[in-house]
Amino acid sequence: MTDYVKDLSKVAGIEDIFKNPDIAHIFIHHHKVTKSHFVPGFNVQFEEMKDKIKVNVVVEKNTKIEKPVHMCFGMLPKTGIQHLVMNIDVGDDSQVGILAHCAFPNAVDVKHIMDANISVGKNASYSYFERHIHGTGRGIKVYPKAKIHLKENAKFRSEFELLKGRAGLIEIDYETHCGKKSVLEMMTRINAKEDDILNIRETGHLDGDYSRGVLTSRVAVRNHAKAEVYNKLTAKGAYARGHVDCTEIVQDDAVVSAVPIVEVNNPKAHITHEASLGSVDSKQLQTLMARGLTEDDATDLIIRGLLS
Amino acid sequence: MNLLEVRDLNFSINGKQILNNINVDIWKGYVHAIVGPNGAGKSTLASAIMGLSGYRDFKGEIRFKNKLINNLTIDERARMGITFGWQEPARYEGLLVKDFISAGAKNKDDKFLSGCLSQVGLRPEAYMERSVDKTLSGGERKKIELASILAMDPDFIMLDEPDSGIDVETLEKMFEVIKNLKKKGTTILLITHSLAVLKQADHAFLMCDGKIVEKAPASKIIPYFENRCIPCDHKNEPDPEVIQID
Repeated sequence: MTDYVKDLSKVAGIEDIFKNPDIAHIFIHHHKVTKSHFVPGFNVQFEEMKDKIKVNVVVEKNTKIEKPVHMCFGMLPKTGIQHLVMNIDVGDDSQVGILAHCAFPNAVDVKHIMDANISVGKNASYSYFERHIHGTGRGIKVYPKAKIHLKENAKFRSEFELLKGRAGLIEIDYETHCGKKSVLEMMTRINAKEDDILNIRETGHLDGDYSRGVLTSRVAVRNHAKAEVYNKLTAKGAYARGHVDCTEIVQDDAVVSAVPIVEVNNPKAHITHEASLGSVDSKQLQTLMARGLTEDDATDLIIRGLLS
Repeated sequence: MNLLEVRDLNFSINGKQILNNINVDIWKGYVHAIVGPNGAGKSTLASAIMGLSGYRDFKGEIRFKNKLINNLTIDERARMGITFGWQEPARYEGLLVKDFISAGAKNKDDKFLSGCLSQVGLRPEAYMERSVDKTLSGGERKKIELASILAMDPDFIMLDEPDSGIDVETLEKMFEVIKNLKKKGTTILLITHSLAVLKQADHAFLMCDGKIVEKAPASKIIPYFENRCIPCDHKNEPDPEVIQID
């Protein structure tokens, strides 16, 4: 095992996955595949280039991959650019979950760019959980961008979470088109501080009849950080149902804004939205303080719960 | 012995007098109740004692364990041994029951925390890993709030409308908890306009229009519920054994 794999897997906390042959995994350090292991029905082709790496994933029809596939992306050096171009094709009637660990623990000037095209076939289920681990500086810039197409009765669930370290600059841009009876769930959880900047743009188009979608954002910002959350959900399909939910907690001199947009082009569709921006709820805070916690400890506990 | 003393407390909001010259002695180890109609100032008095936001700017003195606490923050008062249970407990998205209960607990051992949940009638295995959020009913949240108070093991507990929004079975459980707390020597103040809750108290204060109009054993305050109209200029007799209701 190379040092990169050892170090990246240690940072991500996934050292045990190598013991289990049923767990597929891919390690990409910078633009090089440093380790990979696949399971039947899960096919991957790589194209390593100087300025990017292309990853084409095909999950064969009728394949159910029981254990999550671990993809570890990252860079250990302090500077550099990692550009991933991913095409994911989840075949009809198949099921796969990907746990993406993105580790940049030493970033001083690092860019992580991901351009993804994802297609989820009929009756297929695909989940993509992206967990970021950053260093303590603001030197990381993350640009995950994805276009997702859900065919009839497909299910797609994505989560983006910053587990550790500074956000730096995170610009998320995900857009999903939902076919008939498909289901979309997108969740983002980020804690920003100092001079971090967050731009979150999640768009769902409930094009098909009976399609459903939920866009959820939980953001906590403090110090001088800034966050803008743009969640858009449109509904053309009859009986489409959707909800946009944004909660942003702001402390100190941080600035947050939320732009929930709902657009309905079919009288039989129904979308709701809620947004809550501001300081930590007073009753929540005072309850914990009435149990003896200081205001800071109470705030931390509330935010940890919100982002968990 | 007085655990808590309120002296000459006056409090106004936007020029309206909410608490009018309140003088209250809370005796250690007793269950007290504050009763009165809606708007009498019961919750306001408890909020002032706890030091909640918006209830700090009053005239008068509040002493706990002989120490003046006027300028102490909520958490400073809590660490001295005072706590408060809300009429409508807060919800916490994502915060697990076990983390909420352990937050102020002196003993963070899982067995102890589970015991606190069991005492309020909730099975730990069913609730510890749940979030204190909208998936819990009002009664469940009230029980969990009570469990968090038990875990804290305070000297003085104020419960605002403890019977609000809960079923008969939960209320019976709550009364059981109050009895057990009293046996332990914990001092309790129940804010209520419920006869069933008042009957749990040893001693009661009758409030009306921001004033304490009676202080007496709870059994002597009970007729208030049978005689619904109490004049607010009712004379207060210093002898706690005598009650005058016109």
